[in-house]
Amino acid sequence: MKQPLKIVVLAKQVPDTRNVGKDAMTPEGTVNRAALPAIFNPEDLNALEMALALKDRTEGSTVHVLTMGPQRAADIIRDAMFRGADGGYLLSGREFAGSDTLATSYALSCALKKIRPDVIVAGRQAIDGDTAQVGPQVAEKLGLPQVTYAEEILAVEPEKLVIKRRLEHGTEVVECPIPLVVTANASAASCRPRNAKRVMTYKCAMAASEIAAAPESAAALRAAAKPALQIVEWAAVDVDPDPQQLGLTGSPTKVKRIENVVFAAKEAKKLTAADEDINELMVELIASHTLG
Amino acid sequence: MNNIFVYIEMEGGKVADVSLELLTKGRELADTLGVKLEAVCVGEHLAGLEKELAEYGADTVWVADDAIFNPFRTLPHTAVLCGLIEQEKPQIALFGATCTGRDFAPRVSSALHSGLTADCTQLVIGDHKDAKSGKEYTDLLYQIRPAFGGNIIATIVNPDHRPQMATVREGVMRKEKAATPGAGEVKAIDWRKFVKDTDLAVRIVERQIEERKIDIKGAPIIVAGGYGMGSKENFRLVHELADVLGAEVGASRAAVDAGFTEHARQVGQTGVTVRPKLYIACGISGQIQHTAGMDQSSMVISINNDPEAPICKIADYAITGDVNEIIPKMIRYYKQNSK
Repeated sequence: MKQPLKIVVLAKQVPDTRNVGKDAMTPEGTVNRAALPAIFNPEDLNALEMALALKDRTEGSTVHVLTMGPQRAADIIRDAMFRGADGGYLLSGREFAGSDTLATSYALSCALKKIRPDVIVAGRQAIDGDTAQVGPQVAEKLGLPQVTYAEEILAVEPEKLVIKRRLEHGTEVVECPIPLVVTANASAASCRPRNAKRVMTYKCAMAASEIAAAPESAAALRAAAKPALQIVEWAAVDVDPDPQQLGLTGSPTKVKRIENVVFAAKEAKKLTAADEDINELMVELIASHTLG
Repeated sequence: MNNIFVYIEMEGGKVADVSLELLTKGRELADTLGVKLEAVCVGEHLAGLEKELAEYGADTVWVADDAIFNPFRTLPHTAVLCGLIEQEKPQIALFGATCTGRDFAPRVSSALHSGLTADCTQLVIGDHKDAKSGKEYTDLLYQIRPAFGGNIIATIVNPDHRPQMATVREGVMRKEKAATPGAGEVKAIDWRKFVKDTDLAVRIVERQIEERKIDIKGAPIIVAGGYGMGSKENFRLVHELADVLGAEVGASRAAVDAGFTEHARQVGQTGVTVRPKLYIACGISGQIQHTAGMDQSSMVISINNDPEAPICKIADYAITGDVNEIIPKMIRYYKQNSK
């Protein structure tokens, strides 16, 4: 018997860390997201595919995306809808600013307590922090078991999933009861492309604050008229949090100092095969943390 | 109370290298702080382990030895670590940034509401003054790590919550036996107090040791070889340099077509597109078909005997000369200057 599942994908809009400029950091040492191109975190796309594939094999299941971020993070919810997600939740507000992984996990867990999904799928880690902490911490906050480094959901059985994990030296197959948190590894299947028909339908999907920002626009009028086009938007008060556990206040870790690493030399530096040249190059690469 | 915990990970019946590296670092931190170094072992068949751990400086060896802990599962391990940390109140707890450590350390930190810093490259003791409140702290653990795709190095502190938790990747810290071995006093963890039946809900059905699939897309450093390497034998130099630098091996189409290496490593239009923070092109001329797959690398070093080769145009460092001479020198000078 395959029961319909309520599936939620945790996704993050991340700065494209391969194109970082000088104004990328605020003086306080937190990330200045406005100054960077924003993309769908790559492993969260693997997570989305895992969720959509699970939906495909369990009739009646739904996939929603939950993201925490500024208004423009609604872009990745729309992107997910183009690829097959049914809808999404945007958790947004100043209270969340400056969150470390623990405060982030807490905020997400408050939203998830309202949504009450059966299966939560997240990417293993985000490219802006590479911590891989939010998935396991959300699971802990919700008291759910976790399956990290998931490569494939092999089987859906009554009340449990059979999942293949990819570890350093091989693979492991585990059976985990539902509800649970799964984190998708980069080696999991790539996400299906955007579907042209879905793009036409969902390009007008909007969060409440987006509709409010341009209420007379054609897209806003369409979104306002059709509930399927409305991205659920929640502020902190909507998810009943303990304010002490949000944002900077709720973050046990503090950034003490940020040191910029300068990578690109202005023009090609010419070197020879001489020992001094090679030695100097290695010293330089180690000193700039490019190596080691 | 106030000591330093190092979680000891087992790998094929032996203590994982990363755990010994953490003990080496932990010993140094414990000496700086004047506290004890405590190893925490959770697994099966652990008798006798304390001897090796003492050699690396462990004063105390905490042991929870039972079949339910082998192979590793998140929930029982989390329960034991949380219980023991609440009982012993260490000020610092270190974990390897392995699939195991990165799986359950976040869960432990969440349960204890203590911060965790992933993948630290340096751990140092230092003081801290909170910019807002002006409150001063002494002897905090500076958790230093690259972030933002390696574009910044951040120093993280954890002023008000204990333990201060960090993970460190294998090979980042030095591994060295302690000048004076620790006492290695074995203490049994009363784990039955901590582990609940519900912690055993996840079942491991099957485990397989297998070669990792080659996937160079996510590698932060790539050493790539081209036709200019000359032969399959010479191409092994590319692998040697990559091993030393902790890098992945890439290749140009010409090198793959010549049978120097497998197709999964091919970078370029008919291979994969990569954007590592460092790309070292060895004996690659740099035709557009290749550079299209790597020209967004943050830094490119080219090694080529032709100073006019197109690859030199996009390189940040262009080394002119024989790859067979230069690669061994890079290995030698990297080893000499690192650590």
